[in-house]
Amino acid sequence: MPGSMVAMTQPVQQSFNPYTENGGTILAIAGSDFSVIAGDTRQSEGYSIQTRYAPKVFRLTDKAVLAVNGFAADGNMFVKKVKQRLEWYRHAHAKDMPIRAIARLIQTMLYARRFFPYYVYNILGGIEEDGTGAVYSFDPVGSYERETCRAAGAAQSLVQPFLDNQIYFKNQTPAAGTQFPQHLPLTSVLPLVIDSFTSATERHIEVGDGLEIYVVVASGSTSLQGLQNLRGVQEVTGTTDGERVFVIRRELKKD
Amino acid sequence: MNTFVDLYSTTSATAQLRRAQKITEEENEEFSDGSWGSQAGFGTIVKGGPSFMVPNVPDPTSFLRLHTDDHADPSCRIKIQHGTTTLAFRFQGGVIVAVDSRATAGSYIASGTVKKVIEINPYLLGTMAGGAADCQYWETYLGMHCRLHELRNRERISVSAASKYLSNLVYSYKGMGLSMGTMICGWDKTGPAVFYVDSDGTRMKGDLFSVGSGSTFAYGVLDQGYRWDLTDEEAQELGRRSIYAAGHRDAFSGNTCNLYHVKENGWQFVGNYDIAKMHYEGNGTGAGPYGYEPRITGEN
Repeated sequence: MPGSMVAMTQPVQQSFNPYTENGGTILAIAGSDFSVIAGDTRQSEGYSIQTRYAPKVFRLTDKAVLAVNGFAADGNMFVKKVKQRLEWYRHAHAKDMPIRAIARLIQTMLYARRFFPYYVYNILGGIEEDGTGAVYSFDPVGSYERETCRAAGAAQSLVQPFLDNQIYFKNQTPAAGTQFPQHLPLTSVLPLVIDSFTSATERHIEVGDGLEIYVVVASGSTSLQGLQNLRGVQEVTGTTDGERVFVIRRELKKD
Repeated sequence: MNTFVDLYSTTSATAQLRRAQKITEEENEEFSDGSWGSQAGFGTIVKGGPSFMVPNVPDPTSFLRLHTDDHADPSCRIKIQHGTTTLAFRFQGGVIVAVDSRATAGSYIASGTVKKVIEINPYLLGTMAGGAADCQYWETYLGMHCRLHELRNRERISVSAASKYLSNLVYSYKGMGLSMGTMICGWDKTGPAVFYVDSDGTRMKGDLFSVGSGSTFAYGVLDQGYRWDLTDEEAQELGRRSIYAAGHRDAFSGNTCNLYHVKENGWQFVGNYDIAKMHYEGNGTGAGPYGYEPRITGEN
């Protein structure tokens, strides 16, 4: 049969393709004594929506929250392994790992897969040992940096310029005799986060459905006032003293 | 008697040591007992290096290239950050290290605040060009081994030995897809020293190096103004001016310039300079702008 002869003589190029892109966007902003980590909850593949609720933001400890974006399977597995290592640390040292140590841990865990990378962009937010808000952002193979704000994922190029303008005051000139603040209060940061996601939902097909905003607040912070009576807020703190973690859930457009 | 007790005791110093050695030997497991503690992913570095997971395919290198190399295929998924200008030179007053701060993924500016000078220890600096994670990870790892060298030999490691350690290390991964072009800078018994090390295995001693996509522009300014007997201020200004030139003409370089000066008693951070600001307003020393004014007034 000529057909099968062709199939036998033609070389077939096979390739191992274990990755896919599941859309969505994450973002984190650090304040003076709090940190906000947010992500939408849509998970898609190509033009199909797989689910309208797949969390991308996870509480690691009372002082650290991790957001993952990229390939969902890798992301979930990675979060699982980070949580496991943090539990081991807790058993060995009877305390939670500090956030700067979690950041280094994530670097080494990502770099251990340098030749078979996790296709995941990580943003770690929380409270540093000195009580300041922190955001660490990572590339898929583990290079990282501490920043004040960072967006990643499908709508990164839509959200980051907005954040640069509103958080870092890029391309803005202060009025004569005034200065731009180093850190914004939580009451200005939360509306910026919500606006970032509603706008990204308007202009990006892979963003929408739901929004989860985690807020980590240092103990004794004034940001606590007004947070508790916010619509859709829920406290998810694990211990009774120290930092407190809240999650705010909002709806985003579903089309 | 004491040795007999030691042999069967579970709390003696020798028993502790035996247990520690046993943990060290269990390095083959994905997670040794060391990972219960605070050694993070480095495990126990006393013996062997870190281990890496490799995909179970006939050619792992081409697998990695298929998914990460954005030069061959701009649509690949995992974009490793590229694009840089870094320079370092040796002169009478020590070593000047100057870098830009831009990271690009394709044509998107992924970050404008990257720290491309890696502070290995108070006497050694490394620069970052190529894969950001490769440089960060291996130069941190190098820092750990420099400390071990100090503890074992009761003296600081020479820049030459440190750079050779790094070059031998990356050479053992040759062809696996690491990408780094770095200058290891410091001051040791022999005085100021700069070594260029890259992921091909090249290691060169020299007075003046520039690495990255903007290196040609930086070399243009650097070669014009370089002399051994530059004063500290002149040398710092030359480093700054060279990075400015690269940031101005190379699209993959820019944002800000980070400047370091290595002297006999270790490195010091000189400052962070906005490249756009240097263009219009100057570097803040009152010397006048680098670009805008000379162009419109016709002086240079």
